[in-house]
Amino acid sequence: MRTPAPRLLIALAMVAFAFLALPLIGLLLSAPWGQMTELLSTPAARDALRLSLVTSLMATAITIVLGVPLAWVLARREFRGRALVRGLVLIPLVLPPVVGGVTLLAAFGRRGLVGQYLYDWFGIQLPFSTAGVVMAEAFVALPFLVITVEGALRVMDIRFEDAARTLGASPTRVLLRVTAPLIAPSLVAGAVLAWARALGEFGATITFAGNFPGVTQTLPLAVYSALEVSREEAIALSVVLLGISFAVLVSLRGRLLGGRG
Amino acid sequence: MSVDARIRTTVGSFEIDVHLTCAPGETVALLGPNGAGKSSVLRTIAGLHGLDQGRIEIAGNVVDDSAAGIHLPAERRRVGFVFQDYVLFPHMTVRQNIGFGPRSTGLDASGVDHWIDALGIADLADRRPSELSGGQAQRVALARALATDPQLLLMDEPLAALDAATRIEVRGRLRHHLAEFRQGTVIVTHDPLDALVLADRVVVVENGRITQDGPTAQVAAEPRTEYLAALLGVTLFRGSAASGTIACVDGGTLIASDTHAAGDVVALVRPQAISLHRERPEGSARNTWHTTVTGIDAHGDQVRVHLAGPPALVAAVTPAAVAELRLAPGEKVWASLKATDVSVHPA
Amino acid sequence: MRGAIIAIAAAAALLLSACSAGEERDVITVSAAASLTDAFTEIGDAYMAAHPDTEVRFNFAGSRTLAEQINAGAPVDAFAAASPATMQVAVESGSVGTPGVFARNSMSIAVPDGNPAGISSLEDLARPEVTVIVCNPAVPCGAGAARVFENSDADVTPASLEPDVRAVLTKIVADEADAGLVYRTDVTAAGASVEGIAIPDDVNVTNDYLIAVAPDAPASAVDFVDFVGSPEGQQVLASWGFLTP
Repeated sequence: MRTPAPRLLIALAMVAFAFLALPLIGLLLSAPWGQMTELLSTPAARDALRLSLVTSLMATAITIVLGVPLAWVLARREFRGRALVRGLVLIPLVLPPVVGGVTLLAAFGRRGLVGQYLYDWFGIQLPFSTAGVVMAEAFVALPFLVITVEGALRVMDIRFEDAARTLGASPTRVLLRVTAPLIAPSLVAGAVLAWARALGEFGATITFAGNFPGVTQTLPLAVYSALEVSREEAIALSVVLLGISFAVLVSLRGRLLGGRG
Repeated sequence: MSVDARIRTTVGSFEIDVHLTCAPGETVALLGPNGAGKSSVLRTIAGLHGLDQGRIEIAGNVVDDSAAGIHLPAERRRVGFVFQDYVLFPHMTVRQNIGFGPRSTGLDASGVDHWIDALGIADLADRRPSELSGGQAQRVALARALATDPQLLLMDEPLAALDAATRIEVRGRLRHHLAEFRQGTVIVTHDPLDALVLADRVVVVENGRITQDGPTAQVAAEPRTEYLAALLGVTLFRGSAASGTIACVDGGTLIASDTHAAGDVVALVRPQAISLHRERPEGSARNTWHTTVTGIDAHGDQVRVHLAGPPALVAAVTPAAVAELRLAPGEKVWASLKATDVSVHPA
Repeated sequence: MRGAIIAIAAAAALLLSACSAGEERDVITVSAAASLTDAFTEIGDAYMAAHPDTEVRFNFAGSRTLAEQINAGAPVDAFAAASPATMQVAVESGSVGTPGVFARNSMSIAVPDGNPAGISSLEDLARPEVTVIVCNPAVPCGAGAARVFENSDADVTPASLEPDVRAVLTKIVADEADAGLVYRTDVTAAGASVEGIAIPDDVNVTNDYLIAVAPDAPASAVDFVDFVGSPEGQQVLASWGFLTP
């Protein structure tokens, strides 16, 4: 027997759905379906698509490699200033992305805190490079992964780790064979969230990495540049972005929320 | 010695100070009320909890020594641990669970098959923990702990997660399995039946301290603390004895047949030994009181009648007797107890 | 309940007073290309000093974005664009009247203070180790840069196509790039934080800046546009590096 719902609740839910769906429907309706293949096979479009996929996947890999250990330390270790560290980790969530790009320049630009040594000693210039794009995307995506994984680690029954230790497992083995499989669903959800954020990243990318086709012009940047020239091209690219994201999110089937769809 | 542990540690704001030993082949029950610190003692021996002060030796190896700064991490201690509600890895089959220990330490897997057969769980080998009943999970947890060939087995409330009927059956089989285990076993429990059935020796822990330590039969017959006496269903009085007369510290007198006891003693009285009468009883009972009923409660097919002291007694009678004597709170009644039914032990 | 009524009454009074205050002053909104930021702000101040009953509000952004905003119905009284092409976008849809040229701008190379990469000519920009940034070709300054490179036959591959000229300038000032192509006026506006390297006249491009008034704009808007073309306005423009029309 379903819980009865106040009628106002259902009405508001429908308004909410309409609010989100109408702009997307508008986009699909104004899309130049007849010219899609033509608009999307330009070198710039194909470059943007390839670049977006490659950089977002690499950025997601980085967030996993760096984010899981950080989440583990935040969940399993008590130390002074832990609240501060967690606050810092969450800052990219509230920072306007362009400001994020500015801060990345301050650290890794040619005259940046760390960047100046990279440039002066090794000739490495992160701005205007594809590596810079990956960094910008990883920067904004990392908090999503850390929050999700930290939450899962806290909720997990820590006696599983105790049991593994009494059976002789080293800390590494405990982490890989017991902890990781137990938090796997959350880890996947966090990674997908991080990937989605990385894919849609614009402000930090354009500010830190710049905008050049094939090197740093990801799909969102291509859309913005296209807007100056041709609305049709911008819409076509947006539809592609929309399509990829929608496909992935639907395939998760609600697992993001800890359910089974 | 399978284990010789002198432990002083803190759990929250609670201090624990015990000295526990267990010989190879021996099963020791750590009995005590909830929150007494028993599980913490076990976790400290296993290395899952830190020692403030003390020394722990397992099979002759020093694993903890606060004075010398030694602390061997849990994964190197070769201690088998069975957790309350078993904590089986849900993402592994029964066989993988049991094999986890040998796989982690590079031990050969022969122990796995041996214990699967010994515990009769071969037909469960490919199932997941979620598909097991309570009794089956308990056996898998035991097999998992034993498959690593540990030098000491620790069990934390091994039967608490089972329903009453399963518990009886599993307790019996557990005794049999523990008899085969050649090293020492320490079982933490709050159920006196576990201690009585499974243990060779009982160590009573109350408020982080050991209050009694001895062979099972002796501890059961001669509880030294109110907690244990109550647990075993016996009433306990403290007092000082002289020529068979015991002056109780809470007031009142008991006359026992043992005239040699002297000094501080503990007197035990079984509720069943007290008879109740409407009129002053005739007969040989040396202990007779005219007292008032303060409360009545049912315990299975017996009724416990609480009597005002001093000394405050508890009598066990049948429901028929309650009706016949018209017993009710506030009613006056005569109680008698034979001197031979008062057992006296030095405190 | 009483508190709520008082609060609403107070708010209404404030709103009304604000409206009536507005009636005392003319407010005109002028959308202008980003490169006009400094010059027009100064012209605006001068105009308001001479016409205390008028308030001039500016909206600075890329010319194309401004044109599209006007076409979409933004309430703008005058529009100053950095190229005939972008002005045409607004003229075509009837959002503005006939435009007139009021200034010209040409391009310049901008390098960080101290010229760390040692740039002295357009040809230097073709060196592989030099990081050059320009505007997106879709905006006037980007189109200008592309034509300059074409005219000079310099084989320059920029490292980034920035959304507008101010973005280019910001990165040059921050020494994130070795050189950028901006307007002469931007070099002037940036002052000591950048150095300008002149582009030879025979390869340089100049673009005309046009200004137009919206059909339904108040008289003060026409007044302002006239002021821009007046000697005083022209002098301000020249002081910021603009060329005469």
